[in-house]
Amino acid sequence: MLRDITIGQYYSADSVLHRLDPRTKLVGTLIYLVSLFLFATPLVYVPATLFLMIVIFSSKVPFGYMVKGLKPVLFLLLFTVLMNMIFVKGEVIATIWKIEITKEGLKQSLLMGARLILLILGSNVMTLTTTPTRLTNAMESVMRPLKLIRVPVHEIAMMMSIALRFIPILLDETDKIMKAQMARGADFESGNLVKKAKSLIPVLVPLFISAFRRANDLAMAMEARCYHGGEGRTQMKPLRYTGRDYAAYMILLLYLAGVIVTGKYSTEVLDWIGVR
Amino acid sequence: MMENMKLIADHLVYEYNKGTNQTVRALDDVSFVIHPGEFLGLIGHTGSGKSTLVQHLNALLRPDGGTIYYDGADVFEKSYDRKALRGKVGLVFQYPEHQLFEETVFKEVCFGPNNMGLDIKEVEQRAYAAIARVGLTEECLDQSPFDLSGGQKRRVAIASVLAMQPEILVLDEPTAGLDPKGRDELLSMIMDLRETEGISIVLVSHSMEDVAEYVDRIIVMDKGKILYDDTPKVVFAHAKELEAIGLSAPQVTYILQDLKSAGLDVDTTGITLAEARNTILEALHWKG
Amino acid sequence: MGIIHINKVTYEYIRRDEENNVEGITTAVDGVSLAVEPGEFIAILGHNGSGKSTLAKHINAILYPSEGSVVVDGMDTKDEDALLKIRQTAGMVFQNPDNQIIGQIVEEDVGFGPENMGVPTKEIWERVEESLKAVGMYEYRSYSPNKLSGGQKQRVSIASVIAMHPKCIILDEPTAMLDPMGRREVIRAVRALNDVEKITMILITHYMEEVIYADRVFVMDKGKVAMSGTPKEIFSRVSELRELRLDVPQVTELAYELKRAGVPLPDGILTREELTEALKKIRMMGQ
Repeated sequence: MLRDITIGQYYSADSVLHRLDPRTKLVGTLIYLVSLFLFATPLVYVPATLFLMIVIFSSKVPFGYMVKGLKPVLFLLLFTVLMNMIFVKGEVIATIWKIEITKEGLKQSLLMGARLILLILGSNVMTLTTTPTRLTNAMESVMRPLKLIRVPVHEIAMMMSIALRFIPILLDETDKIMKAQMARGADFESGNLVKKAKSLIPVLVPLFISAFRRANDLAMAMEARCYHGGEGRTQMKPLRYTGRDYAAYMILLLYLAGVIVTGKYSTEVLDWIGVR
Repeated sequence: MMENMKLIADHLVYEYNKGTNQTVRALDDVSFVIHPGEFLGLIGHTGSGKSTLVQHLNALLRPDGGTIYYDGADVFEKSYDRKALRGKVGLVFQYPEHQLFEETVFKEVCFGPNNMGLDIKEVEQRAYAAIARVGLTEECLDQSPFDLSGGQKRRVAIASVLAMQPEILVLDEPTAGLDPKGRDELLSMIMDLRETEGISIVLVSHSMEDVAEYVDRIIVMDKGKILYDDTPKVVFAHAKELEAIGLSAPQVTYILQDLKSAGLDVDTTGITLAEARNTILEALHWKG
Repeated sequence: MGIIHINKVTYEYIRRDEENNVEGITTAVDGVSLAVEPGEFIAILGHNGSGKSTLAKHINAILYPSEGSVVVDGMDTKDEDALLKIRQTAGMVFQNPDNQIIGQIVEEDVGFGPENMGVPTKEIWERVEESLKAVGMYEYRSYSPNKLSGGQKQRVSIASVIAMHPKCIILDEPTAMLDPMGRREVIRAVRALNDVEKITMILITHYMEEVIYADRVFVMDKGKVAMSGTPKEIFSRVSELRELRLDVPQVTELAYELKRAGVPLPDGILTREELTEALKKIRMMGQ
């Protein structure tokens, strides 16, 4: 069950997307996320979906694998959709028990749902095609100006990269601990919420203890290998833009322009297609 | 006939990463029987499927094919009480660090029987008995389990499963990381358990020497399949085949083979130290 | 000129209870002295809690002695200016394979040490390549560490230390969490590096079979060096080892048992070949 979480997991393959500079992918993802929130019209999801499909296709990551990443956030997704459906006021189209479902609510909830799915898939593409080390390198580089105002950029990046490295290990360990406790008769499924929460203590205590031990060991191992912060450090894989990246930025700009045109002139576009 | 078979694994199949391009068949048509009071060794290199198999025995994992019968009942039937099964097939995982969480050793050992819904008196009685059974002293009762040595932690983990009064006790590499003395003490404690309580033991181990010394029967796993299921003597006669799958025979067996090819008339089926000693003395016509 | 001098080192730590009151003082290492020559293969044996790992952490300047001193290649570990140089000279491999790999990818982990030392990019790549080749892990360079076996992870950890070009490597129970196959892989790599590259090796372990290739063995108990000598000398003292909660390789134990039954075997037999030869001789004499 826990093995299914694909967020933050690198999928090894050789594609154009894998070979892009991580900064390009980071900036690209940010631009993509922003583009989803620029306009409220559903029409912008057409270029956004198309763009994402092309990107996913060129990443060589199986689509099914990518969609699996949505599973753990399914609850959040349903929650958002339901909340919008129930609480947005407007023209009532159906009434279930005392809950009124409005046309505006339905529209809004579908919009939010689509936005969330695109958002998660979009950021998934980045983490699946970029090793976390490269990603943190990119963050360090993009955030470098913040150093001037004494933000410990290197340290933040290092912490993130370590956290990412240990996510799969700790997930695996959680799985083992749960099984070990189930072997001693623990029950994580039945009972009310309070009982369920209580049943997690036998999992959380060993997990925390183990995480602290690992952190301690890791700190020692890093020190033993002469780690002393970012000062005087060289890089094995320094970031360097290539033609590929400039091309990617061009495509991004074109996409952004496409979204803006679609969003701004949505009525005209609809007229033009002849939908209205 | 049936009462002679406590647990039957019937054509078990299990796959990891289903539905991706990296599907691994961890168990591939695995069938065997555990008899009452038997000491069974389970060997195989890392990734051979033995850990996956062990987690089927108490229904922690559900097979993709085949099933397990316990006392004649299919444990993967909808109405079967799998929680109760875990009391009968006690599984102790490799690292006790993965389960210790209570403030005191006593509370830790109570965790198992408590989950079975027994009344508090019965729970405490069982806990006291189990703690004594694994050779922990009374001073340990109120100690934090985290302050104990590696060997003692393992005893606590075993005691907490024993307190559920299992009929089969499965131990996944109970001696990993222990020093030689700790290892010997733990194994003789397990041997003693089996002799006095009559429960069946399944020992998952990497040490051929330990397995040769203690078990009645060995199951050898490779790539999700059972390669051998026989007495230690028969299994270890296949030293070459075992080496091909990353295992080996006990060291003494190789010594006896060396001696045989050097012209000494020894019995090469010896697998324990005592057997090797006796056959060498005999071959030398030594009268001690 | 020795490479490592441990002079009368004592290490004490204060135990505290939950309210931070002093409960007592534990002496983990108690007046230990030993010197290691360049190119030697040293093994330190001892049961769990004998102080062997604590001693090892002194050589890499992770712990500092309460009394006495540790000198690595002429540098005192208490000299803070020499800290990085000491850690680069005496690299360290730890027990848990998962808790010492920092990189997401094998080659990135091997590059971590040189990056910290400020080695130029081009040279980092050369070092990574040669180190991974030295432990036979070059073909796995782009793997995620999570996809490797325990033995492979430990070999990566060894490569990560070699990439810093150390003169000495301390291995703190590197095989304790591995299966027999992984143990063999790691020990083979350690021996090869000692033989070919002449890197000084200090192996801490409680597996007797791993010790027989060492030049010298130290057995620790209660923070002190209880026995020292060549593997042959150490393993001739079977009953003493048992008292120290230790064992001997099964061959040695068999020879010991035969000897107790009256067979006139020499002391300290370590390998199958030695035993076969000795028994052959005895049979010839008997005829």
